[in-house]
Amino acid sequence: MSTFAVIAARPAPSTSSGALAWCRANLFHDWKTTLGTLVIGLALLAVGPRLLNWALVNAVWSGGYETCQAASGACWAVVHEKFRFILFGRYPHAEHWRALVCTVMLLGLILASCTRAFWRPWLGLVWLAVLPAYFALMHGGFAGLRLVETDLWSGLPLTILLASLSMVMAFPIAVFIALGRRSGMPAIRSLCTVYVELIRGVPLISVLFMASFMFPLLMPQGFNIDVLVRVLAGITLFAAAYMAEVIRGGLQAIPKGQLEAAATLGLSYWQMQRKIVLPQALAMVVPGLMNNFISTFKDTSLVAIVSLYELTGAMGMAMNSDANWRPFRIEGYLFIAVIYFVFCYSMSRYSQWIEAQVNKSKQR
Amino acid sequence: MSTPIIQFDKVNKWYGNSFHVLRDIELNIAQGERIVVCGPSGSGKSTLIRCINRLEEHQQGHLTVDGVELTDDVKAIDDVRKKVGMVFQQFNLFPHLTVLENLTLSPMWVGKLPKKEAEERAMEQLRRVRIAEQAQKYPLQLSGGQQQRVAIARALCLTPKIMLFDEPTSALDPEMIKEVLDVMIEMANQGITMICVTHEMGFAKAVADRVIFMDEGQIVEQNNPHDFFNNPQSERSRDFLSKILGH
Amino acid sequence: MSTERIAPPKKRWSWRSQAFRALVYQVLAVAVIGGLVWYLAHNTATNMRQRGIQSGFGFLLGTAGFDIGESLFAFDSSESLLQAYLVGLSNTLRVAVLGIVLTTLLGTLLGVGRFSRNALVRGLCRAYVEAFRNIPLLLQLLMWYLFFTEVLPEAAQAWQIGALFLSKGGLNFPIPVWALGHQLAAGGLVIGLGAAFTWRVRARKLFETDGQTRSMFWAPLALMLAFGVVGWILGGAPTATNPPIRGEFAIENGGALTPEFLALLVGLTTYTAAFVSEVVRGGIQSVSLGQAEAASALGLSQGQSMRLVMLPQALRVIIPPMTNQYLNLTKNSSLAVAIGYPDVVSIANTAINQTGRAVECIALVMLVYLSTSLFTSLLMNWYNARAAIQER
Repeated sequence: MSTFAVIAARPAPSTSSGALAWCRANLFHDWKTTLGTLVIGLALLAVGPRLLNWALVNAVWSGGYETCQAASGACWAVVHEKFRFILFGRYPHAEHWRALVCTVMLLGLILASCTRAFWRPWLGLVWLAVLPAYFALMHGGFAGLRLVETDLWSGLPLTILLASLSMVMAFPIAVFIALGRRSGMPAIRSLCTVYVELIRGVPLISVLFMASFMFPLLMPQGFNIDVLVRVLAGITLFAAAYMAEVIRGGLQAIPKGQLEAAATLGLSYWQMQRKIVLPQALAMVVPGLMNNFISTFKDTSLVAIVSLYELTGAMGMAMNSDANWRPFRIEGYLFIAVIYFVFCYSMSRYSQWIEAQVNKSKQR
Repeated sequence: MSTPIIQFDKVNKWYGNSFHVLRDIELNIAQGERIVVCGPSGSGKSTLIRCINRLEEHQQGHLTVDGVELTDDVKAIDDVRKKVGMVFQQFNLFPHLTVLENLTLSPMWVGKLPKKEAEERAMEQLRRVRIAEQAQKYPLQLSGGQQQRVAIARALCLTPKIMLFDEPTSALDPEMIKEVLDVMIEMANQGITMICVTHEMGFAKAVADRVIFMDEGQIVEQNNPHDFFNNPQSERSRDFLSKILGH
Repeated sequence: MSTERIAPPKKRWSWRSQAFRALVYQVLAVAVIGGLVWYLAHNTATNMRQRGIQSGFGFLLGTAGFDIGESLFAFDSSESLLQAYLVGLSNTLRVAVLGIVLTTLLGTLLGVGRFSRNALVRGLCRAYVEAFRNIPLLLQLLMWYLFFTEVLPEAAQAWQIGALFLSKGGLNFPIPVWALGHQLAAGGLVIGLGAAFTWRVRARKLFETDGQTRSMFWAPLALMLAFGVVGWILGGAPTATNPPIRGEFAIENGGALTPEFLALLVGLTTYTAAFVSEVVRGGIQSVSLGQAEAASALGLSQGQSMRLVMLPQALRVIIPPMTNQYLNLTKNSSLAVAIGYPDVVSIANTAINQTGRAVECIALVMLVYLSTSLFTSLLMNWYNARAAIQER
């Protein structure tokens, strides 16, 4: 029996750690991996510099369309020239500041609602105050502000308005429908199921067509609905069905034992939902709801088909209206693609962060 | 003394750059020996036995199993895996196959046995662990203890020379631990080489030829069970034993 | 002790009875919804009468009065509207089926690529998914359409790859001149399919008898192709094709795929593949690591472990969301209206503009999509029930 001598920890040998080791393990591990690295490396080397040349080196950053036609690179000057038209669409040029102020206000409110620090009772009141202010400022017609009809509202402000407003309105509808689908009463359960399956089975375009062509028929004589309201109603109904499914998943995940405990404590159905079920279920499904929001944000691009020109539609209009700049549409497309990407990617990262937070709280 | 069936020669392993999980392991295990490895969590005992069938790779040193040195060589690894059976803490039975199919999978696909022979061998092992009547059930239809016995039978279907157990009873409810330990004790008395990572000290006392105590990646002490439990030499062993034998 | 049964208490219809309350709520809900529906229907009827729009589906038998850009079968403006709808439906199905096949292939490759040993492959797959997921589909379709109609050269200077021509006029490819040989080849392939299945069943039986693994994919495939070739030879081995040739202004002869179809197909495939890859990735991740370890410990090779242990379990997790993506692709094909591909929504749009029958046309479109969704849901539920892992 030898005496026990402590062996201190040593750092790993250099071949199994550090950047060199990482390269060996991840790029050159065996012949298949090495082959893959070589093929991809060659492809990137063939395409990469040419792409960079087009996009950055030979690109034209400002100037007229003649400069662009003469150059061989990307024509970012079209963005420089047209970006106000692309971003604000048909909203009157002199009043762009109003659209900007309103959008910043709305975005600020949304961001505040996403941070934990602001989850106070007065947040609801702030929403109730901001929304009418938004509409008043955008619409104008008082205090010397020029009147701007709703069908002129376009571009990025419209995208953000449609996406956020429809989600906010769809949320309570979705909660009720999700609860209805889980109800014990067959009539209510069937009504909710029919609604959800009907909406989920058809494309958004048909819902927008329905909103656009059929809503005027559904209303009594002389009752004109604004095109913006119609489209908003259509998107809201559409989003509500998908959100209801996500929320239903959260409701299903609440263990039955909790409902039984609540019942033994004498809580009524609505008290149980409000105090016990919904807080947990909604916290669980925030990532899913964020996914819904990202989808709705992308789906707003479809409203161009019913004559409302949000960001994609405004870009199409900006590019198609000016024959001189028409050959450079691809740069315009790339510009708004980047805008969408920035918004959607940040939202998906935020959702991943929330999911990590929720999981952290679950671990012991 | 005949050649040991398992030889660790200055084996070192790191996780990542900084975690030195196995430190200068020197260990010889003879054929037919029954070893229990114990120690606090994080001491490297699971890693030690997982190196024996190359579920983990060591970075330094030499590890030889039944005359075959374990390196990157795929053929060597395949050879060793045919001789070494493993039982996991989480059973890891294949839930989409019946119990019988779980057992015949490897003999048919790796051992190239005809189906009839594979099934006969499987039924024999199921009888050995006393669970033959569950052959047509699916794993998730069985209790934890039953599942672990099936897992043991599955490993035995390969007719291995060495059996590795990685905390086989840690995931079981207390009343099921005995049925699994009974099966293991019966196996131990039939001459197979067994290396078992476990906290069940009763099992160690009943069956083990040698108890190895590991802490912080190195073997602190190894002795026969009687001397280890009654007369631990090292401070750390005494400390550990007081914690687990106390209640 | 009395042995008489105690009669159950009489039901009292009061507000305190749960059954009564449930009944009242449901009656109220049905009444409100029913009332709303009646009100809307009444308005619609009044409005339509006011504007002189008739209702009913009889108008479908009237002449269409418009041409359709492309279709699988002959159509001109004198055919009925119903015929036009069928053309639209066939166009939708054409792009949907092809899109589903291609997106499954691409998405699976991308999903598996996320687990590759090679960090470059992993990174590229990740970049692809993030890029294509975060840009609206409509925008992607517009960009692809721009590519196919502006970036590609004119027909007269089309790119030639072997016998294929790619230009602003679309993709032109040689089609074989249909002859007896081809019919026999097709018949041969069908017989070959049966032969392939028989081979597989027999190979499985032999494997169980003697343990020797036999080829279960390449050999039956070769067998099927062999039957096809035999049929072709028996029919006189016809080799005549109708190749596209470079005409003065356009490519003549041969088969063609229009740029609209190509833009829609490529756009839908690349977009949905990003989502499919995430589904596949989730499925592979759902199988716990212990399963792979157990398979390794039993001596199974990587390929055997994937085929016998990982994939069967992963598929159970993958199939439901995958079906969802297929449905999404089919619904997204409705965006064809933005790039001028005549799918069923596009045709409905034209029909509404022509006849003013908004309600009927939209109803037809929704019916088409609803039946597809319903059919797929039923199929998936059947599969789920069959493949569920048996538990206590």
